[in-house]
Amino acid sequence: MSAKKNGFATTSPNKNGTLKRILRYVGRYPMSLIGTLLCSVVTVAASLCVPVFFGDAIDCIVESGVDFTSLTAIFAKTGVAVAIAAISQWLLSLCNNRISCNVVRDLRKDAFDKLGSLPLQYVDTHSHGDTVSRIIADADQFSEGLLMGFTQFFTGLMTILGTIAFMLVTNWKIGLIVVVVTPASLFVARFVATHTHRFFQEQTRVRGEQTAFTEEALTGLKTTQAFSHEEENERRFNEINARLEKASMNATFYSSLTNPSTRFINNLVYALVALVGAFDVASGAFTVGGLTKFLSYANQYTKPFNEISGVITELKSAFACAARIFELIDEQEEISDRQNKPLQNVTGNVCLNGVAFSYTKEKKLIENLSLQVSEGQRIAIVGRTGSGKTTLINLLMRFYDVDEGAVLVEGQDVRSVTRNSLRKHYGMVLQETWLKCGTVRENLKMGKPDCSDEEMIAAAKAAHAHGFIKRMEKGYDTLLSEDGGNLSEGQKQLLCITRIMLTKPPMLILDEATSSIDTRTELKISDAFHTLMEGRTSFIVAHRLSTIIGADCILVMEGGRVVEKGTHAQLLKQKGAYARLYNGQFA
Amino acid sequence: MKKILTYFKPYKWQSFLGPLFKLLEATFELLVPFVVSLIVDKGLGARIDGGYPNADRPYIVWMCVVLAGFGLVGLLFAVVAQYFAARTATGVSAGIRRDLFKKLQSLSYKDVDKMGASTMLTRMTSDVDRLQAGINLFLRLLLRSPFIVFGAMVTACLIDPNSFGVFMGAIAALAVVVFAVMFICMPLYKKTQAKLDKVLLSTRENLTGARVLRAFCQEEEERALFDSRNEALTKEKKFVGGVAAITNPLTYVLINLAIIVLLWTGAIRVDHGNLSQGSVLALYNLMGQILIELVKLANLIVTVTKAAACGSRIEAVLKMQPSLIVEKDGNCSQPSQSKAFILFDNVSVRYVEGAEEALENISFTAERGETVGVIGGTGSGKTTLVNLIPHFYDVSGGQVCVDGKDVRCESIQNSLRKRIGIVPQKAILFKGTVRENLQWGKSDASDEELWAALRVAQADDFILEKGGLDAPVEQGGKNFSGGQKQRLTIARAVVRQPEILILDDSSSALDYATDAALRSAIKELKTTVFVVSQRASSVRDADKIIVLDDGKAVGIGTHDRLMETCEVYREIYYSQYETEGGAAV
Repeated sequence: MSAKKNGFATTSPNKNGTLKRILRYVGRYPMSLIGTLLCSVVTVAASLCVPVFFGDAIDCIVESGVDFTSLTAIFAKTGVAVAIAAISQWLLSLCNNRISCNVVRDLRKDAFDKLGSLPLQYVDTHSHGDTVSRIIADADQFSEGLLMGFTQFFTGLMTILGTIAFMLVTNWKIGLIVVVVTPASLFVARFVATHTHRFFQEQTRVRGEQTAFTEEALTGLKTTQAFSHEEENERRFNEINARLEKASMNATFYSSLTNPSTRFINNLVYALVALVGAFDVASGAFTVGGLTKFLSYANQYTKPFNEISGVITELKSAFACAARIFELIDEQEEISDRQNKPLQNVTGNVCLNGVAFSYTKEKKLIENLSLQVSEGQRIAIVGRTGSGKTTLINLLMRFYDVDEGAVLVEGQDVRSVTRNSLRKHYGMVLQETWLKCGTVRENLKMGKPDCSDEEMIAAAKAAHAHGFIKRMEKGYDTLLSEDGGNLSEGQKQLLCITRIMLTKPPMLILDEATSSIDTRTELKISDAFHTLMEGRTSFIVAHRLSTIIGADCILVMEGGRVVEKGTHAQLLKQKGAYARLYNGQFA
Repeated sequence: MKKILTYFKPYKWQSFLGPLFKLLEATFELLVPFVVSLIVDKGLGARIDGGYPNADRPYIVWMCVVLAGFGLVGLLFAVVAQYFAARTATGVSAGIRRDLFKKLQSLSYKDVDKMGASTMLTRMTSDVDRLQAGINLFLRLLLRSPFIVFGAMVTACLIDPNSFGVFMGAIAALAVVVFAVMFICMPLYKKTQAKLDKVLLSTRENLTGARVLRAFCQEEEERALFDSRNEALTKEKKFVGGVAAITNPLTYVLINLAIIVLLWTGAIRVDHGNLSQGSVLALYNLMGQILIELVKLANLIVTVTKAAACGSRIEAVLKMQPSLIVEKDGNCSQPSQSKAFILFDNVSVRYVEGAEEALENISFTAERGETVGVIGGTGSGKTTLVNLIPHFYDVSGGQVCVDGKDVRCESIQNSLRKRIGIVPQKAILFKGTVRENLQWGKSDASDEELWAALRVAQADDFILEKGGLDAPVEQGGKNFSGGQKQRLTIARAVVRQPEILILDDSSSALDYATDAALRSAIKELKTTVFVVSQRASSVRDADKIIVLDDGKAVGIGTHDRLMETCEVYREIYYSQYETEGGAAV
């Protein structure tokens, strides 16, 4: 599969599989589906009657004398048929719209639900832009295709069947001509569709690439401008853009050949019907009104052929999009913890038992790490930048699973309890702060939605965040842009600390939690921090020795391994890595 | 829509020829009922005793060949038309994407924040796609439909001038319906896209904030939020879909009413002998053609209305004005007589009109080769101050000059940022290789230069470990730790051998030992350095330290001087060192 070659598909997109799955989604709305089928039949039947009536009417209008009484009767019948056709057509659209909207909603929902249960490894290693493009753009295009498919496919099919039946009954000779010749247009449409499919795939793929690049450019805007890298970025964007233009051009042009080609065949059919029909009329086997019906049928009959062939191309591209969404939905989930019991009665005893872990098989990171932490202890993790301190946090929070050994909380393997119950007992402040788009209040109450405003303000005051929050435009109701874009890193960290102060979990993880906060403020909030850490097991990644010295145990990490373990005094005596690091502060 | 129209300019011919060929194709279609009525009236001859004894068979054959010929010519014209339409649509949308991206990069960070990154992304992707589809259909069919409609009317008048009223009335009624639906739906579609923005926001946040959201066990809440946004989008879509779906049945009813009227009036005139049966047949066929065309049109209206809604969202981005001011050189006020390399002359900054000033009356100078430390509390304006040098923000009072020129001057604007190496607070790397990332600093930097920069940034050892300059960097530098990213961004800035190096709290994730080594390596570079930090140790050796407190410079001078004169500086210092000797707290 070409998609696979390009590294986009992890599972090969199986067309039949995709169709079956789409049908399963559609099948969730049986009422609408029945409605669609029913309305299609009614609409087609009613609208097929109309040309018949008009044909009869024309037969009444002859130069030798018009039969006005029959004409009135015919028009009355026509009026009824038109009304029925119009109403059922509207209902049909409503049903179709309902199905396509609901199916896309469900698809998006499933894809999004997936996001929450994907292992963090997926999130860490996949382009966010591409994932976003699947849930947004691909789903959108799929919905368009599906709607079009439903609107035109059924009615098209019914019209074709109805017309064939009618034509064969009225004049089997001409009917046969039409039936035999027209499938040629289907053949042409199919030919075009199969040959354009890869253009659509290419278009979808390049589009994903472009979204990913744009997303990156958006997040790195400041850096780009700082380095006057706009031109280089533009060059790369334009290169992708040119490829997209080409792919898009191919897909658009070649797929748009379907309609003119099928229309051409229809025109041939039309001419044939006119020829044979006129001869039959001349020989008295047929009336002018009959010929009229036939001609307008030949038109009506070929129209759905065109539509269906158009729908086929549209559906092709919709399927390509759906396949990309399914790919996301099919991603391997985190190991389920549904059978697990929630972790309870946590006082803060954590134990690492011969833990080994690495992100990639090629590079071993943590090997045989054991550590016993009892409740209320403070563990400081120090080490040069990049020595694997953050990895330890990934394991404690169970963002990643250990390869060997086990992490135990209160004697229970963290893999035997639910993730949520484990994480609820940790309070985490990371160096890389993250805030959601919403009000300050929403962000602060994230961990404890039911807390009162007084509680929240008290926590904010303790974290010394109250002051600047109050100075913001609308105080606690100020809307933060995505990722707190309008705040400084330090302010963001203060908000993250407040967030934790509200939840008061039994265990804390502080990864350089105050790295962006100035020391004066830090000193001021340190009291609050100390009260928070009182009686709580805390893991602190820090480079400030002030935080480290008072720790019950210091882990010194180097190259992913714990090289030393002990209290400040013990480690200094060892004159090892820690001593070097400590002395380095004043170098 | 005006702005969007300019993108058609390079495709003037194509966007003219496309519809033109479409019209030619349509013309042949319009002639079809005419030929059919000829077959009935002339080919069959007069009706005698329910038969047509005088039928001219060769004439009928000949006319049917003409019909088939029309089909072939129509096919050729259509292919040409489709080509030009596709060419124009894809070309126009590529042009729009190109400019959107350009615009995006020219916007200040503040502008993007105001608009929101998510909506920016939808507009650049989904909105442009829809616009492209809209343009393509517009060129192919939307012009064709009115042409067929009016063409049918004209042909009808040629056959029977009395039918003009019926055709005219029908077309007017149809136009009202089509435009009314478009008018109602357009704002609704815009609302739908806005709801889609929200769905995108949820999606993005759950990727960027995956760690935090999971740490707070927010998965269920986020799902609920997504569901409600998704539901809101679906509801809006269903509503607008329901409204738009009225077009088709309504036009159908109108056309059939018109046919009834047409046949009735026709019947009266045929009865009086003023009209032939073939003519009535032709009129009926023409009206039928209008119907078919309108059904197509109704389907298109939806797509085109959506496209128009998307177009106006795109236009809003294209019309955004970057908030930075760039002055023509003549309009630049010349600075005071100061010969200083960098001059801050009574500078004030206010982010939002009416808000408190982020910086107030800051004045200082810096010479070449000097190191300037900027220290102060969270939110005291440190970053703002250094961001004024590369002109990321505008001052609201005073001026900032580099080399004796106001940074707002056009002449300096182009070269200014190239002379500055900046390491922002947030370390951001881009997908690619280490080499590609470093070459942002200098696109033609040799390997030696890159390694030299890595050594300065204390990044050489881990880059060696990762596999050298060609080691891959994942999106956002996810495969590097916070400290490693910081050091890479420092190396990136050093590579260009900048005249001015700005380190904006860029060693916060580094341990003391690395930080110290970094500082001494940078000292060797002999360039003008601005060090923003909260650590007294980082700025201590600077030639000049600026102490900021709530946007005001409360002290400027060397460490020793400030220890004597500046209360805030002393407080900062003592919060990090218990005694002047330097033992940690």
